[in-house]
Amino acid sequence: MPVSAANSKLIYDALKECDIRLVSALPETWLVHLIRLTDEDPEMILVRLAKEEEAVGISAGAHFAGVKSAMLMQNHGFLASINGIVSFAHLYKIPLLMLISYRGSLGERDSWQTQGGNVTEPLLRALRIPYFFLDGWETVKKRIWQAQTLAESSLQPVALLLTRDLMWEE
Amino acid sequence: MLRIHCLRSVYSDLENCLVVTIMGAVAAELQSLGHLPNFFYLQHAMGLASSTGLGLALCMPEQTVIVFDGDGSLLMNLGSLSTMARYRPQKLVHVVFDNESLLSVGGFPTATSTGTDLEGIARAAGIPRVTTIRSVESFKAAVNEAMQGSELTTIIAKVEAKGPAAYVTDLSLLENRFQFRRHIQSLKTR
Repeated sequence: MPVSAANSKLIYDALKECDIRLVSALPETWLVHLIRLTDEDPEMILVRLAKEEEAVGISAGAHFAGVKSAMLMQNHGFLASINGIVSFAHLYKIPLLMLISYRGSLGERDSWQTQGGNVTEPLLRALRIPYFFLDGWETVKKRIWQAQTLAESSLQPVALLLTRDLMWEE
Repeated sequence: MLRIHCLRSVYSDLENCLVVTIMGAVAAELQSLGHLPNFFYLQHAMGLASSTGLGLALCMPEQTVIVFDGDGSLLMNLGSLSTMARYRPQKLVHVVFDNESLLSVGGFPTATSTGTDLEGIARAAGIPRVTTIRSVESFKAAVNEAMQGSELTTIIAKVEAKGPAAYVTDLSLLENRFQFRRHIQSLKTR
């Protein structure tokens, strides 16, 4: 499977350096290595979800407990989480670090991903969620640290879009 | 059985727990008994109270966490039962007040009014201890047992569809949220 193991490891190491101790996830192809790394790490709590919106509540609980967390999801999972983001994370000022695989964008071959790709950025903008791209291995560590820092200082969700250039080796 | 009577029967046992409630009547009635800094009322985001309790319980496994959920909210996030059952924190107590109604928005009947069995769903999802309660005495006993016990428990409390006279209190959402987190952080330094 041409998902980049090396870049997944870079992302994972960057999360660890930010002191992330809980990761909630719903599998999708691009996230397989990240979820495996989380699962194999005894220092990390992995919560495998039934649906991505649960992650908003779980991360809020972790925040109340003083534990930093991250959410791994596909952009369609972000779509499925929107009510939780608005009526919990925004309403109650909960920091969320959302790592969203940006399917349905440049180079996408799977036709079923393409509508989600069209609306991801417009929805992030409509929700006024700051979002940035993880698109090159050189900047992964810095951007994850910056996004985590912004989420904690602003007490709001911040999204990082995981791009094909970073996650996929063709 | 009235929910307020159930809440009153266990109120004195809640002091050392972390309590998460859903919105509407549950939040208003618990507040009417007296707000405490260890109570968090999720006044929206229906379905996510149980997820919040799960997040707390996974991060603080020694701490008893009680979620006061409802049939309408739980039906919006049935997957949460399977996620809770998967990780089954030992000190998480999940109470579901089932009044067969979306009471706060005008009393529209939920699917539990036409036969959907939340106890059966919770059991089949893998929650290790599940019970249905129909009296205040057995409610208090079940909650106390779950708090002392060592297994994730879901308690379905069948209550009447009657709520408080007023839903709005003078506790702002953010005040509640910051106080709750500060209280939890203070527990760590004791």
